[in-house]
Amino acid sequence: MFLKNYILTVFRSIKSLLKGMKVTGYYFTHPKNILTQEYPDNRATLQMFERFKGEVVMPHNTNNEHRCTGCQACEIACPNGTIKIITKQELTADGKKKKRLDTFVYHHDMCTLCNMCIIACPSDAIVMAQTFEHSVYDKKMLKKILNAPESKLMEGVE
Amino acid sequence: MRGLIEEDYTTKEGEFVINIGPQHPSTHGVLHLKVWLNGETIIKIQPHLGYIHRSIEKMSERLSYRNFIFATSRMDYLAAHINNEACALAVEKGLQIEATPRAKVVRTILSELTRLSSHQLWWASTGLDLGAVTPFFYAFREREAILDIMDETCGARLTQNYMVPGGLMNDIHPNFQKRTKEVLKQIKEKFKEYDDILTGNVIFINRTKGVGYLSKEDALSYGVTGPTARASGLSCDIRKWAPYSAYPSVDFEEILDTEGDSYSRYLIRMKEMKQSVSIIEQLIDNIPEGDFQEKTKNVIKLPKGEFYQRVETPRGELGVYIVSEGMSSPYRIKYRSPNFSNLSVLPTIAKGYKIGDLVAIMATIDLVIPDIDR
Repeated sequence: MFLKNYILTVFRSIKSLLKGMKVTGYYFTHPKNILTQEYPDNRATLQMFERFKGEVVMPHNTNNEHRCTGCQACEIACPNGTIKIITKQELTADGKKKKRLDTFVYHHDMCTLCNMCIIACPSDAIVMAQTFEHSVYDKKMLKKILNAPESKLMEGVE
Repeated sequence: MRGLIEEDYTTKEGEFVINIGPQHPSTHGVLHLKVWLNGETIIKIQPHLGYIHRSIEKMSERLSYRNFIFATSRMDYLAAHINNEACALAVEKGLQIEATPRAKVVRTILSELTRLSSHQLWWASTGLDLGAVTPFFYAFREREAILDIMDETCGARLTQNYMVPGGLMNDIHPNFQKRTKEVLKQIKEKFKEYDDILTGNVIFINRTKGVGYLSKEDALSYGVTGPTARASGLSCDIRKWAPYSAYPSVDFEEILDTEGDSYSRYLIRMKEMKQSVSIIEQLIDNIPEGDFQEKTKNVIKLPKGEFYQRVETPRGELGVYIVSEGMSSPYRIKYRSPNFSNLSVLPTIAKGYKIGDLVAIMATIDLVIPDIDR
C-alpha cells in the first residue's frame, strides 16, 4: 500500500511538472506570441498615449505668443512648489499698467506629474507633453523656463 | 510594548542571529528582519522599519484637500488608485457630497483593474521568491496590458492621481471600454496557464502547504485584513461590509477559506482575480452617461470634525482618518495601512518554521514596504 502510494505520488509530481513545462514549451516554440519590446531599438516607433504625463510645457504659436497671463493659479495648485512664476508690470496700449508674465520657472526634478497645475489653469496655457527620456548629467538642467524668450501674451486672452 | 522595541532575548548556546535585509535604501521596498535561529528553525523575528519613511501624513497637513491625494499614490504603489479613491471618498464624506453615478462606476472598474494588476504582480513575485522565474514574465504580460488602460485614461501607469474630491479628474478615454474588454478576454484565457504553471506544481505545493499557519483568533487580534485574513476564515471584505462607490450594485463573492496556511492564501488571491474580472464585466457595459465630476468649490474647506473612510485594497483594509478644524488643509491625517498590521503578525506565524519557509510566508502575506513606513 505504501509502495503504491509512493509510486503514484512520483507519477503525479512528474505530471504536474510536465504540465508547467508544456506552457513554457509552447512559448519556446511559438516566438510570435512573445510581446517583449526591446526599448532603445524601437525608439522610432514608440508612441506614448495622448494623456501620458511626461513634463509640463507651454505651447507657443507661430508669432511666439503664449496664453499665460501670470495669474499664479498653477503655482498655488502645485503640491510640491515645482512652479515659480515671476511677473512684471507692463504698459498696455491705453496707458494702463497690467500684470504680465515675466518668467515661468518649472523645476522638473521636483515635479510628481500629478496634473493639478493643468486642471487649475484658467486659460489653458500649460499642457503635459508626452516626452519620457528625461535623464541629464546635471540636476540644474532640469530647471526649465517654459516661456520662450521675447514671447508675448496671445491676443484676446485675459 | 517593551518586547517590541527592546531586544530582550538573550541567545542560548547553539542559537544565533542573522539579519535579513535591508538592501540599499534607494530600492523601493526595504525591510529589515532580525531573525533569531536555532539551526534552521526560527525562534523569534523582529522587524525593523523606517528605511523608507517619507512622512506623508505630516506632509499632508500643509496641503489642501485637493492636493494631499497625490502623495497617497506613493504609499501602496501597487494600488495607487484605491488609495486615491479612499482619500477622495473621505473628503467627499466631509463635504457631504457624493460622486456622480458615472464617476462611481468608473472608480469601481479602475479599482478592480488595480486589484487585478496588483494580484498579478504578487503572483509573479511569489513565484520568483520560491524559485520559479517563469511566472514573473507571464504575469507581467497581462499586467502591462492593464497598465496600458491606466496609461490611456489616467495618464500614468502607477501613480495615476486620477481621483479628485467629487469624481474623476478627466472623463474616461473613448477607447476605455473597448480596451478593457480586450484585456479581460486576454486575462481570462491566461488563468488556466497560471494554474498549470504554478498552482498545481508539486515543488510549489510542498513549499507552501502547511507553512505559516495563521489562526482566525490571531488574525483578529493582530488586525490582519485582506486575503491574508480571509484565508483563515475571517470575513473582512470592506466591499461587502461597508460598500462604497458602485460595489452595492454589483454581485460578487467574498472568497473565504479555513486552512490559514500559505497555500490557502495563494488560492484566495487566485480566486479573487476571477471575482475582479466578473465585477468589471458587470459594470463595463453599464457606465451611466453624465458628468464625470461633481462641482466643488475652488477652495475646499471641510467643516470642523472627524471623518473616517475605509476601502478594500488588494492587501486589506485601508482607513483614511481626517481631523478638520474648518481650515482649507487638514489638521491631522492618519492612514490605517493594511500592510503594517499584516507585518505585525509575521513574528507569530513564522515561529517554529524553517528559514526557507520565511520566504514563502512573506511572499504570501504580500507586503508592500512603502505602505508600512509611509
